[in-house]
Amino acid sequence: MFEPAIILTLLIDGLTNGAIYAMMALGIVVLYSVTSVINVAQGEFVMLSALSIASLRAAKIPGVLYIAVVGLIFWSIFNALAMMRQGAAPRQLKIWPILWPLFLAGLLISVVPPLAKAHLPYPLQIFIAVVLTTLLGPICYRLVLEPLPKASILVFLILAIGLHLALTGLGLAFWGPQPYDLPPFSKGGMILGPAYVSYQALWLLAISALLMLALYLFFNHTIYGKALRAAAVNRLGARLMGISAVRAGRLSFSISVFLSAVAGVLITPITKMVYDFGFLIGLKGFVGAIIGGLTNPVIAALGAIFVGVAEQFSAFYISSAYKDVIVFLLIIPVLLLRSLQHQDFEEHVD
Amino acid sequence: MRNYLSFEGLSWLVFVLFVIIVPLFLSSFYLRLMSLIGLYSLVVMGLVLLTGYAGLASLGQAAFMGVGAYTAAILSSRFALNPWLSMIAGILLAVLIAWLIGLITLRLKGHFLALATLAWGLVITGILRNWISVTGGNTGFGSATGNRFPPLSILGYPLRDERLYTYLIWFFVLLVLFLSLNLMRSRMGLAIKALRTGSIAAASFGVNVSQLKMLTFLLAAAFAALAGALFAFKELFIDPKIADLSTSINLLIMAVMGGIGSLTGAIFGPGLFVFLESFLQEYLPWLIGRSGNYEIIAFGFILIFILHRARQGLLPLLRDLLPASPVKPINHQAEPLPKRILDRAEGEVLLRVDDVSKNFGGLRAVDSLSFEVKRGEILGLIGPNGAGKSTMFNLITGVLRLSEGEISFKDSLISKLAPHQIAQRGIARTFQHLNLIGNMSLLDNVVLGGYGRTKANVWQGMLGLEGGERERARAEAHRQLKRVGLAEQSFERADSLALGKQRLVEIARALMADPELILLDEPAAGLRKHEKAELIDLIRKLKAEGITVLLVEHDMELVMTLCERIVVVNYGTKLAEGSPKAIKQNPKVLEAYLGSESASL
Repeated sequence: MFEPAIILTLLIDGLTNGAIYAMMALGIVVLYSVTSVINVAQGEFVMLSALSIASLRAAKIPGVLYIAVVGLIFWSIFNALAMMRQGAAPRQLKIWPILWPLFLAGLLISVVPPLAKAHLPYPLQIFIAVVLTTLLGPICYRLVLEPLPKASILVFLILAIGLHLALTGLGLAFWGPQPYDLPPFSKGGMILGPAYVSYQALWLLAISALLMLALYLFFNHTIYGKALRAAAVNRLGARLMGISAVRAGRLSFSISVFLSAVAGVLITPITKMVYDFGFLIGLKGFVGAIIGGLTNPVIAALGAIFVGVAEQFSAFYISSAYKDVIVFLLIIPVLLLRSLQHQDFEEHVD
Repeated sequence: MRNYLSFEGLSWLVFVLFVIIVPLFLSSFYLRLMSLIGLYSLVVMGLVLLTGYAGLASLGQAAFMGVGAYTAAILSSRFALNPWLSMIAGILLAVLIAWLIGLITLRLKGHFLALATLAWGLVITGILRNWISVTGGNTGFGSATGNRFPPLSILGYPLRDERLYTYLIWFFVLLVLFLSLNLMRSRMGLAIKALRTGSIAAASFGVNVSQLKMLTFLLAAAFAALAGALFAFKELFIDPKIADLSTSINLLIMAVMGGIGSLTGAIFGPGLFVFLESFLQEYLPWLIGRSGNYEIIAFGFILIFILHRARQGLLPLLRDLLPASPVKPINHQAEPLPKRILDRAEGEVLLRVDDVSKNFGGLRAVDSLSFEVKRGEILGLIGPNGAGKSTMFNLITGVLRLSEGEISFKDSLISKLAPHQIAQRGIARTFQHLNLIGNMSLLDNVVLGGYGRTKANVWQGMLGLEGGERERARAEAHRQLKRVGLAEQSFERADSLALGKQRLVEIARALMADPELILLDEPAAGLRKHEKAELIDLIRKLKAEGITVLLVEHDMELVMTLCERIVVVNYGTKLAEGSPKAIKQNPKVLEAYLGSESASL
């Protein structure tokens, strides 16, 4: 039962999943800190990037392209409406905010389909899918969240639920209910002591670690990163320093979507991907994020890795049917601890 | 009075007749839809109380339905318990679970409840799907899977008939609607409405915020479990889908569609949802050319659209066509509410702040501050912006916990008490950042201030048995509004007033609590010159009546004319204390105020 080979294998599987959950948790924490949006749709982008690669490999146009193009058209419309609401007569409308989303949409629709049919090498397909999916970040932010800049956390949460429903449904409409597989970056694996590790798992661990490192450097050593952190602490203050809440929001949403898109690329060769599978991955990232109180990225990432490991061990030693139940029960002690810790009455106020 | 009753009575009559007559003409298909709408309405009414009024979201309401349904089914099947008793057991179990969830999340920020209930929903579905020996697993629980359970029966007559069962469901819908409407008009209901706008304000007039949030959450869970159990005995078969996260999300969509703050919308929303869903389920797969639950795309966009463009839901668009229901007049003859007896001597120490400090991380906002407020005086607390004045108010009222030191009121320690307990002892306050409920009338806002002086509990509220207490509170609130000169505007919405006037409403609300000590946080901000003169008169009148006043204000003229003593704070420490005259000449004070405000000194 407790042979080292089993424990090591469970640990490696746990770390692999945990690294993915950590990327989710980081995306959630970054977005929540900067915009107070609790993005329950975080996992949907995992699914969208993975299934887009599957489309590209089958020389089909990925559904994400259509979502992006329609989104950009609406972006243009929203810009025009916003200008009109500010009292501009139809003639005085500035033309650029209306035209550029349309240009970009036109560019995408003319460039992507030929590329999709061209049987490009795998890394290029991955690149295209990740870029297209990440593009949805600012689009979703502009269309769903930006129209209500002063909404409460509760309203943001319900908006995110709406986004989750729409994206899951679109995933089903474009790709159907069947699972999709992707080839690993490199085939095979290696013997690690008593256990076997696939090269894909190593790729996954290495790339996610690199990404988290990059994120750390970004937030601590670049002007943009520091600006985002400033916006997270005090939106008005950041604004006075010339960092607009809108740009901070779009940027942080893009970062969190990018993390999801990469996660989709990394995990699908190991677990396959279905249209509603991303949501579950996102929810497990949430458990990690809650462990970090939704605001502490380091504890959230570590918490998410713990979730991955706990999931594997409980699946093996307790019950594979109840592994999700056990994972979601993890938040009880966390919330209990937080509840006992807090002192000021002000916690009641959003 | 009569006019009011007849309008309200008429709406009820029309509604009840509608519910009685319509099922007579419905085919089996539409009867099913109507039952479904009724069941959803029960859950959504709870969600409206929770989300629309108390400002909390739950993503686990379907899970409570599941608990109600499975408990009722399992008890009446395996243990041959009477179906009605099984139903009650299911509701009690759901309430117990909600209590446990509330215990660990309701002290945290509101959205943690949403996340915890989301997790709870996933846990319960996991259990329902996998604990096959008890729940039947994915294949469901009912006679088809060898777990037969009996239908509900009344006086020995089993309710198997679809039409009869529809009546039963709608009987409960009307009952719960009636109870909820009563509740939201009652003392407790007003306090629940206050939670969403500001828990700190609610606590400042004696509302136990955690308890009230818990109460609302328990009610919502009970309504959901009732609906679940009714569903179980309707179908005599249940499967885990009833508790699914997607069902919880659907319920939230219905609540948003009906208008998240409207109990009547809680019936309209499910109605719209059910018809829209069956329409979309029929045509979308045909449009896409493949079967699947594509309606979630539409519902996702509908949810976003409603929140962007019609936050009040779709019902208010209709309601605007109907005449507004007339307001119930105030009974000025009502017996006054009980008053606190001010039995102590003037000049004794009423509030003692003893060496108090407050740290926010590395920042020491208040640093070893001590001062006393004597009964019957008007004490001014002044200092430059960021000096720690508002922090001090929050420490006195218990909103913030102090890091060091002690605060006592009438010789008993209050610095360990919760805000509502401190309010009950006789300290009332107003807020620098206004904290009124914008869409409620001035009168109701002020009535809220008397929460601590009234007693009606949630049951009395639900059954409309508050007796004369409510009338007395309304009469009292009217008197307080008169005191601040706003009696004529009693029935106007609070947010229709200029900011300066809203500050006066806050004073009336604080006075409604019949305080011994009143803390005024910048009451003159936004007032015009003659309004300031009236404010000065008002505060002097309060003093004459024996109320002690602690005043934070930037208007130096007002402070200097009104206060007998002044405490000056800077960087969280006391800079000076003394009579207005002494303060004006104090060199340290002048130095601290160098700049724009030194001129006015």
